[in-house]
Amino acid sequence: MPQSSFGLISKAAAVYAKDLRLELRTKYALNAILMFGITTLTVVSFSVGQSGLPPKLLSALFWIVMFFSAMSGLAQVFIREEEAGTALAMKLTADPDAIYWGKLGFNLTLLSIMTVIITPIFFVFTDAPTDNVLLFVLVLFLGMLGLCGATTIIAAIIARASVKGALFAVLSFPLLLPLLLVLVKATERVLLGVSFSSIAIELQFLVAFAVVMVVGSVMLFKFVWLD
Amino acid sequence: MYRLKGEGLSKRFGGLKVFSKLSFDLRTGDSMAVVGPNGSGKSTLMMVLLSIYRPTRGKISYLRDENSMEEAQIRSSVSLVSPYLNLYDQLSGEENLKFFATVAGESVTGKEIERLLEKVGLAGRGMDLVGGYSSGMKQRLKYATALLNKPAFLFLDEPTSNLDAAGKKIVSEVIEEYRSQAIIVIATNEQEEYSLATKQLRVDQ
Repeated sequence: MPQSSFGLISKAAAVYAKDLRLELRTKYALNAILMFGITTLTVVSFSVGQSGLPPKLLSALFWIVMFFSAMSGLAQVFIREEEAGTALAMKLTADPDAIYWGKLGFNLTLLSIMTVIITPIFFVFTDAPTDNVLLFVLVLFLGMLGLCGATTIIAAIIARASVKGALFAVLSFPLLLPLLLVLVKATERVLLGVSFSSIAIELQFLVAFAVVMVVGSVMLFKFVWLD
Repeated sequence: MYRLKGEGLSKRFGGLKVFSKLSFDLRTGDSMAVVGPNGSGKSTLMMVLLSIYRPTRGKISYLRDENSMEEAQIRSSVSLVSPYLNLYDQLSGEENLKFFATVAGESVTGKEIERLLEKVGLAGRGMDLVGGYSSGMKQRLKYATALLNKPAFLFLDEPTSNLDAAGKKIVSEVIEEYRSQAIIVIATNEQEEYSLATKQLRVDQ
């Protein structure tokens, strides 16, 4: 039997690099995410005006855009494998753990690209306060981790279903609702200019949510993927 | 020495019986043709043997030197060529081979890839995107991918589909090359492919 000379990291990196290469060649998920995010932000900002929105509304608006943009693109990571008929080759060849980590990394990259483009547009269009940028970035990063942790495993669950889009949203909503509520609250307080210690409880929740989602997904993924 | 045992294998999808009570015992050097008409469950049996589907009844054992093989060992020892298995259209032939070698934990050099492509008649086409290949070329690339890990268990579902005469000759050569060092299972309803195997298993009973 051939000897394995590659570890989990190099296998996961190969899955990640393959997905990134496919996305750069097709731009399917990235276009879907960006178009949704930019369109929504533009429409809302023109409708409600550029300034004077309270932080609570700004915060809710920002995470609504993030949530629905993520919904429109992150599921593609597994749907594409099923629809192209490449999932079988992956199942036979690759370690499920490597697949999960590679796909999670790819979804994080996709969401990061979206965030880097959408966040400045959000601040420009809504004239949101920018005094607390570092704290905003921290909340954003933890929110992205939680979003990706949950949506990646849900994407694997729904990939073989016939009504993928609807099922993805239906399964994601209850799982992500607590996360979104805390993110909206934490972001609102960051926009109000509070200190790190004032949102420590929200930050603890965000870390815990991301850890639970990722650890739970790692434990479940093999059964979801192979059964 | 490897061994593949199927004992009393049955498969149903809901109320639909696909096959029942199939048994066989194969050792390295054996090749078995799974035969039967369209819809008789040949491909389903392959999927059951590869653990993609669970058997409704029965047991499958992968053994090496009479010891049960672990999941990861099995994964690195099996290969499949099948109409249901696709490679990535937006990657080139070489990129596909490198990717599947890496995720399988194999280190493969550029020369080895060239040699594999040459073996399946795709010399000089490795840099082309697979989406631009003909169905026959895709089938040849599936063979190159299947041979990457020098499989101890080689599963061929409709092995010559989409292949021209030269492609069919390549399949015969691959089977001859691997006959002594692997267990080969061929699902087919082509009479001429029966002769590629030394044993037969009928699934239409």
